[in-house]
Amino acid sequence: MEVRELYENLKKIQEPKGYYFNEDEDMTFPLLESLLTNKERLGYMACPCRLANGSFEADKDIICPCVYREADVEEYGACFCALYVSKEWNEGKIEKEVVPERRPPEKILF
Amino acid sequence: MSKDVKVYALSTCIHCKNAKRYLDECGVKYDCTFVDELEGDERRQTIEQIKEHNPAVSFPTIVIGDSVVVGFNKDKINKALED
Repeated sequence: MEVRELYENLKKIQEPKGYYFNEDEDMTFPLLESLLTNKERLGYMACPCRLANGSFEADKDIICPCVYREADVEEYGACFCALYVSKEWNEGKIEKEVVPERRPPEKILF
Repeated sequence: MSKDVKVYALSTCIHCKNAKRYLDECGVKYDCTFVDELEGDERRQTIEQIKEHNPAVSFPTIVIGDSVVVGFNKDKINKALED
């Protein structure tokens, strides 16, 4: 799949839910490219900014959109990797800060 | 002023890429490990090392001398380089 196709497909699904792509395309497009890289490497689109374990079961919580997105966007206006943000974040109404990791480290298996 | 700088990163992570580019722009020399490309014992040991600096094991984890900067934060990187 081409990155532009992924962008258009996800946009259609996510925007009505209130999740917008980061309008900084220098962030969004490399992140989408990385999602496709992970799909190729792992077979599923694990969060590009998290260390995947390599099995669907063990990484279920970080398959994009991850289970932490809702709480992160609610609290910080952006998800951990900053692919998905709120409208207010894109409009500059929320300070852009580093979103701390919410995934428990125990989820990283050796 | 020359501190040992170690970057623990993921090859797919945008914050890691941006942090590395910033360090490059600052002319800082650093050693980078892409943890997602490691396997077996090497991976296990590296995760243990990261845990000592950053218990959340998130990326990038940047170790600058005695300071640790978690995530890409220019101000914190600058401060750690200056301290």
